[in-house]
Amino acid sequence: MTKYLKPGVFILSLFPFLIITYKIFFNKLGPEPVKEITHFTGEWTLIFICLTLSISPLKKFTKLSLWINFRRMLGLFVFFYATLHLLTYVGLDYRFDWQPIFDDVVKKKYVFIGFAAWLLLIPLAITSSRKMVMLLKNNWKKLHRLIYVIAIFGSLHYIWLSKTIFFKPLIYFIIIILLLAFRIKIKNKNINYG
Amino acid sequence: MKKIKYSEITPENIYKNRRNFIKKFGLAAGSVFLSQNLNFSAKAAPKNEDLKLTEYRYVTTYNNYYEFGTGKSDPVERSEKFKTTPWDVVIDGEVEKPLKLSIEEITTMFPSEERIYKLRCVEGWSMIIPWLGFPLNKILKKVSPTSKGKFVKFTSILDPEQMIGQRFPILDWPYKEGLRIDEAMHDLTIMVTGLYGKKLPNQNGSPLRLIVPWKYGFKSSKAIVNIKLVEKMPTSSWMKASPNEYGFYSNVNPRVDHPRWSQATERVIGESIISPRIPTTMFNGYGDQVANLYTGMDLKKYF
Repeated sequence: MTKYLKPGVFILSLFPFLIITYKIFFNKLGPEPVKEITHFTGEWTLIFICLTLSISPLKKFTKLSLWINFRRMLGLFVFFYATLHLLTYVGLDYRFDWQPIFDDVVKKKYVFIGFAAWLLLIPLAITSSRKMVMLLKNNWKKLHRLIYVIAIFGSLHYIWLSKTIFFKPLIYFIIIILLLAFRIKIKNKNINYG
Repeated sequence: MKKIKYSEITPENIYKNRRNFIKKFGLAAGSVFLSQNLNFSAKAAPKNEDLKLTEYRYVTTYNNYYEFGTGKSDPVERSEKFKTTPWDVVIDGEVEKPLKLSIEEITTMFPSEERIYKLRCVEGWSMIIPWLGFPLNKILKKVSPTSKGKFVKFTSILDPEQMIGQRFPILDWPYKEGLRIDEAMHDLTIMVTGLYGKKLPNQNGSPLRLIVPWKYGFKSSKAIVNIKLVEKMPTSSWMKASPNEYGFYSNVNPRVDHPRWSQATERVIGESIISPRIPTTMFNGYGDQVANLYTGMDLKKYF
């Protein structure tokens, strides 16, 4: 049973990609197709960040360690959707016209922080293999704490690009803060009890 | 880009609408209506602009109307039952003859003409929309503004019962906007009661909205209940929400970036996934008609 779980989660995680591909080929993207793809891939990046961050809390609350099996894959899907998001912006929206893209990265804080978040994802994706975990040992854990920074950057990226924080940018911000706050709690407990 | 004549680009559905129109009002009236349009579009259309109308379904389903929610499809989904009758509009403030007009009185007193304008949203997209409306100056002349009437303040309806967005502090409700008196008196500034030859849909600001084509879309208030002449520059809802991002003037200007978004280019609504952005033009292409309103002003400072 458990051996089917991982491929199952993999296929489920691909679902948003299949949906957007279908929409592209059947012309169902609505009035602003490029923005639709940008928003769709961006939002799914945030969702996968939240899912990845949910693994530890889930493990603790359910007292089941099987959740850990999915974490690496979910993390790689964060990178996958973030990369699609970036490619949509750079390739589809700005046609690899580097001057305005460069201007955006330097001048617009939401682009800057979004791009920074994607850059920070690269080392995490590269070191995601079992071999790298062995190789880096304790440093691996430290390195992969970058996901906390990435999560905050991703949430700020959404808040700053929106005209108002109501409601979705605020909702993602709250979820991410809660997921991160959960980790601080664990640490405090460790200090208190041992 | 070559200039395309209105008659060449009018899509079939408009021709159909127009035929209905002609049927309704009689052939003679209809042809007058048509010829007026042609004259007008030649005068007011942005030059070097491909005036391909945005499809009706996009104009009426892709809207920013935060009173009904912040999603683009919220307005069409949530405004169906919005009541637009009875509806009174008060025109007062620094005027000699304040007026209270019902929407029926307004539509009979001020006959509508069709105006094809480009709408440029501050978010970086644009549509070409055939509005039905009349110049705001026709109303303003009726009330005779005094010398103290230097600005015009527009207030939209406050009705949280019907407008779910107003139950949340998204903006300072009711929606407020403003124009300088010379901007308000300009012939391009219109009050709109319809689009595509039909009554204005609720999601587009029925029963009465403003359109100022050389300014970003948010300047053009929807569902207006009060037009007030005032002496001091009014503070709009967006200025109050974020003063460093939204200025009073908010003229379309590719050289002045919004602090968060570039305004150099825009996406044309309804174009395919592979069509590129187009460059944004100064005053949204209406510079010939309106640039003289801002002579000597630093438009970077007065954004």
